[in-house]
Amino acid sequence: MDALIQQFFNLDIMSRALPLVLHGLWQTVVLCLIVIPLGLAGGLLFALVSLSRSRAIRYVMIVAIDFFRAVPPLVLLIFVYSGLPFAGIRLSPLTAVALAFFLNTSSYYGEIYRAGIESVGRGQWDAARSTGLNAFHTLASVILPQAVRNVLPDLVSNTVEVVKLTSIASVVALPELLYSADMARSITFNASPIVLAAAIYLVMLWPVVRLISRLERRIAS
Amino acid sequence: MNAFLETFFKPNLIAQYWPDILKGIVVTIEIAFAVVVCGLLLGLLLAVLRSFRITPINALIVVFVDMFRALPPLVIVLIVYFGLPNVGISIPSFAVLWLVLTLVLAAFAEEIFWAGILSVPKGQWDAGRSTGFAYLGTLAWIVLPQAIRLTVPPITNRTVAITKNTALGMVIGVPEILSQATSAQSFSGNATPLMLGALAYVILFIPVVALGRFLETRFAWRRS
Amino acid sequence: MSILPAPILSIAGLRKSFGPTEVLRGIDLAVAPQELVFIIGPSGSGKSTLLRCCNRLEEPTAGVITLGGVDLMARSTDINAMRRKIGMVFQSFNLYPHMTALGNVTLALRKVVGKSRSDAEQLGMAALERVGLSAKAKSYPSELSGGQQQRVAIARALALEPSVMLFDEPTSALDPELVGSVLAVMRELKAAGMTMLVVSHEMRFARDAADRVIFMDHGMIVEQGRPERIFAAPQETRTKAFIAELTR
Repeated sequence: MDALIQQFFNLDIMSRALPLVLHGLWQTVVLCLIVIPLGLAGGLLFALVSLSRSRAIRYVMIVAIDFFRAVPPLVLLIFVYSGLPFAGIRLSPLTAVALAFFLNTSSYYGEIYRAGIESVGRGQWDAARSTGLNAFHTLASVILPQAVRNVLPDLVSNTVEVVKLTSIASVVALPELLYSADMARSITFNASPIVLAAAIYLVMLWPVVRLISRLERRIAS
Repeated sequence: MNAFLETFFKPNLIAQYWPDILKGIVVTIEIAFAVVVCGLLLGLLLAVLRSFRITPINALIVVFVDMFRALPPLVIVLIVYFGLPNVGISIPSFAVLWLVLTLVLAAFAEEIFWAGILSVPKGQWDAGRSTGFAYLGTLAWIVLPQAIRLTVPPITNRTVAITKNTALGMVIGVPEILSQATSAQSFSGNATPLMLGALAYVILFIPVVALGRFLETRFAWRRS
Repeated sequence: MSILPAPILSIAGLRKSFGPTEVLRGIDLAVAPQELVFIIGPSGSGKSTLLRCCNRLEEPTAGVITLGGVDLMARSTDINAMRRKIGMVFQSFNLYPHMTALGNVTLALRKVVGKSRSDAEQLGMAALERVGLSAKAKSYPSELSGGQQQRVAIARALALEPSVMLFDEPTSALDPELVGSVLAVMRELKAAGMTMLVVSHEMRFARDAADRVIFMDHGMIVEQGRPERIFAAPQETRTKAFIAELTR
């Protein structure tokens, strides 16, 4: 028992690792502030394109979205970071992460938006178009507000996933939260810094996870 | 164009390394399969347990589920992988990966099954009990079949997302697809093995994603 | 010989197919200004499709539709501008749930016509006044009864000052006691001189207010004429059967 506490909950080591870990937390926050808006915007773009009138465009978009949902994000990241240099494209860890995340999260957000748009009844399109509103205004004023409201829990839930996903950036040495904690671990040969990082993730995300459960249960009933 | 093919699709490298990638595919499938079976069963078990409404047990379940849904899987993997040997428990890396992913899937699955059980109309319980079924009988024969049907799309989605995390095995040395691909890439100094690895994942998972899309349209999870 | 006024809405040779199924098989119709044309027929006869083709919510497969002399099918026609001149009222109201009654009525005025918020609200309140719901301007659709929602929908179309109004089964989704309020508004519109095309089975309304009744079946106009004649003495066998069924 004592050994467990020593290995995982060593307060002394945690306090020594804290500065490094907090620096990593800051990097994680910055990363989130970049990739989440990118993903939300990209997802909207993907969704709108996948609703195009042209069957060819729709097909290409759906194949692309399914492709990026099928490839594990870590694989995509490694490919962008380590594979592209062979083709002459060398990206910084941050850019590589941003690109890989953009492709992956936009696909997931895109599917959520698309489900939301489809959940808005046809009658709303009819009504708006029959009063002379063009496609842009119909989407912006009538359809999207209702669509987003319908899928808000899914959007929030996916955003939590994106925050958790930032931890894989540690694999390409981006000094975010997990990387910093792991670095402290390798110096101290003790897992407590990572437990500290876990605690920080819990503080950030536990309330949101609880909220999502409650929202999902309310919708299901 | 030629340079592109040379970089990502060099034929002799494809021939040289595809057996390794294949080995990786086998490992990935084995771990994924084990995770899905164990994770879903455990999740279902926890949801059923929760339906007994024994408060202390429920509290434990909720704490477990919330923790494993809020933490990034890689964080848990590293804690287990690096921490356990130092307290005398040594498990092989593939077991660590399997264990962590199973617990994560179980946590998500429990919430989904639980929501499903809650959304079966109360009248179904009444019907079961009034025709002589005891609690477990009603649950097993009447409520669960309906609950599970409702949960097919979210469960499929979540299962796919979590099994893709088998790629995290690369970080702790599990010889799955990504590990094989990145080792081969460093040995050969060429990105072809990496491309092979990516394609292997695509071939494995696109059918599952397409299946998920199909199931979603079939069993639309009712949103207002 | 009296000089007939030029038709305000003119349909010639209208055909519409959905895939292999031909729903409209050649409709010719000329609606005079201020005329109330009432369309009846069995379900599947193409009545709704006919209405929806008039403002191109459905794209006609063939034929010409002219509104006030403007060819709606021509490439150069700005369909969004023309749609403001054709008001449409739907069976399921289709109010925007996330906006108040006034918001519903003024949306197109603000976004398409480009009116300022205060101008739009003035016009919107006037339209709501006409349907008797100015008191409910700040209410959301979920707070209104079916009849009130439909009247707001009528105000939404009216606010754009259309030349023609299309009504697609406006009272079919309403509880019987709410039907009267909507029909009253429609009667008032007729009295004020609006040109109206109505698909409905409210026969009493047709008898009182319609200038012409058209019987449609299988995508074609079978018979048309003054309501007294159609209801009392239909000529075609199909018309007779339908009327008999209705008045049973």
